[in-house]
Amino acid sequence: MGRSASQDVMITLVVSAMLIWLLPLMISTYTLTVLVIYGMLGLSLGLIWGFGGILCFGQAAFFGLGAYTYAIAAINIGESTLPMILAVLVPAVFAALLGAMMFYGRLTDVYLGVITLVVTLILFKFVNSTAGPQYVIGNARLGGFNGIPGFQTLNVPGDPGAYIWGDPYFYVCAIALVIVFLLVTWLLRSSFGRIAVGIRENEVRMGLMGYDVAARKTVLFAIGAAIAGLAGALFANWGEIVTPNLFSLGQSAEIIIWCIVGGLGTRFGPIVGAAGLAYLKFMLGQQSMIDNTLVMGLILVLFVLFLPRGLVPAVASLLNSIFGRTKRKPRPRRMRRARHG
Amino acid sequence: MVETVLETSGLTMRFGGVTASDNVNFKLKARELRCLIGPNGAGKSTFFKCVTGLLTPTEGHVYMRGQEVTGWQPHQIASLGVGIKTQTPNVMDALSVHENIWLAARRFYNVVEARERADSIIDRLALGAIARTQLGQLAHGERQRVELGIVAVADPWLVLLDEPAAGMSAQDVDRMTEIIHELTRFAAVVIVEHDMQFIRSIAQTVTVFHQGAVLMEDHVERVMSDPQVRAVYLGKKA
Repeated sequence: MGRSASQDVMITLVVSAMLIWLLPLMISTYTLTVLVIYGMLGLSLGLIWGFGGILCFGQAAFFGLGAYTYAIAAINIGESTLPMILAVLVPAVFAALLGAMMFYGRLTDVYLGVITLVVTLILFKFVNSTAGPQYVIGNARLGGFNGIPGFQTLNVPGDPGAYIWGDPYFYVCAIALVIVFLLVTWLLRSSFGRIAVGIRENEVRMGLMGYDVAARKTVLFAIGAAIAGLAGALFANWGEIVTPNLFSLGQSAEIIIWCIVGGLGTRFGPIVGAAGLAYLKFMLGQQSMIDNTLVMGLILVLFVLFLPRGLVPAVASLLNSIFGRTKRKPRPRRMRRARHG
Repeated sequence: MVETVLETSGLTMRFGGVTASDNVNFKLKARELRCLIGPNGAGKSTFFKCVTGLLTPTEGHVYMRGQEVTGWQPHQIASLGVGIKTQTPNVMDALSVHENIWLAARRFYNVVEARERADSIIDRLALGAIARTQLGQLAHGERQRVELGIVAVADPWLVLLDEPAAGMSAQDVDRMTEIIHELTRFAAVVIVEHDMQFIRSIAQTVTVFHQGAVLMEDHVERVMSDPQVRAVYLGKKA
């Protein structure tokens, strides 16, 4: 199976330590923080789509749900530890229910895409329409299109006065991403992960082997949502406001583009895709000559045409051909071509 | 008395106005090898799908080792220890031969044991040279053999094979025959098949399907020489 688990962990730790040390020298930590958060969001879809074959058009729904859960809980509780935990659990439970409905209903890919898309739309429309004073959860007004500002941001657990912000907040987010990355690595090396990949490849065969495909897909879907929820909560802390735009279709579509560009079926690809494209968007946002959605669309088209497997697999095979046999052969993955992409 | 491992009573499957399986009563004893034959559209595959849970029969019952399994999902039936191979090769193309077989073993054994069993079945099927190759790159006969490995690795007591010899070379068929004979030492085997050559080489008892119902059930030689069977199966002029 290629590298051993401990080698994998070591490489991850060394590479991420270097990145955490070097990147702040080039890009401000405020920007980097959001890139890290998007990386985590990309990883959440990369996990369920790239390794579980579940194309979810509504990953933004779990992201937004995590952010809103955090904001609402933080206003009511006033200390950030429990709201962070809730922000992971609520999207996970929501996804488990939604996933069970879809997978036990044996919906095919297309309907799965449509349902996740519609759920995102419903959440978007609903949260947008909650401007009135009657929409209150505890002490928190949902605020409709204005969103929820002014909630307690991340603090040192147990000490609501000790806020974590600025540079330290970047390190918290970066370390959170490394931990999530390692957990995903562990998951994919476990039997559960290998079975999930088997299901991606052939659901019928896995069913005939005796695996309960629907249950396993539901669990994987919920894990993906939990990661997206954590990213959402971190995003809420970064922006210090949550708005319905978190649920927008544009956001959902962007996550899918990150995965395609970065490389589906790799752990690192969606993170690179997310951070890279988000940074590009940030740069493009500083000028007004070209519309950045146009550039995004162009990048997607170019990748689908010329690098259909994405950036990371392409770079890996390039390095492999340069260094020849001395390097480990990257497991060549023949992905199903991305549909609708 | 030998245990009955598979039994259907009054199994009927209708698709709209078409009765694809008509009141099939079928019994299979432990370690028996049985071939299901019949012309196209005779209802063999429908019967196969009803038994494996891929279809839920309109009427009738399916029992495995005395337990009613009518309407169960394929994964529940497979969990009983039933190995199933469908008509079209159903394998994981992007995964290696070893990973494919390991996944099948992992369902019933822990990680270490699953690896040992996968290794030993790969040896037995002479797949060692291609164990790390992706299935998508293999020839049809090899893929069929890997799928047999997937079925055999979990030590099933009942094996259901839908056209295992389809599209294989003579040499591959010989090897397949050998593997199936080995399977019957521990398991009852049901084979749905078209290839008469293959059936002659492997079968003892044959069940003939015609228009959804069982036409006759007897020793292979008697079935082959039966004028009625020749009429429906080989065409009127035979």
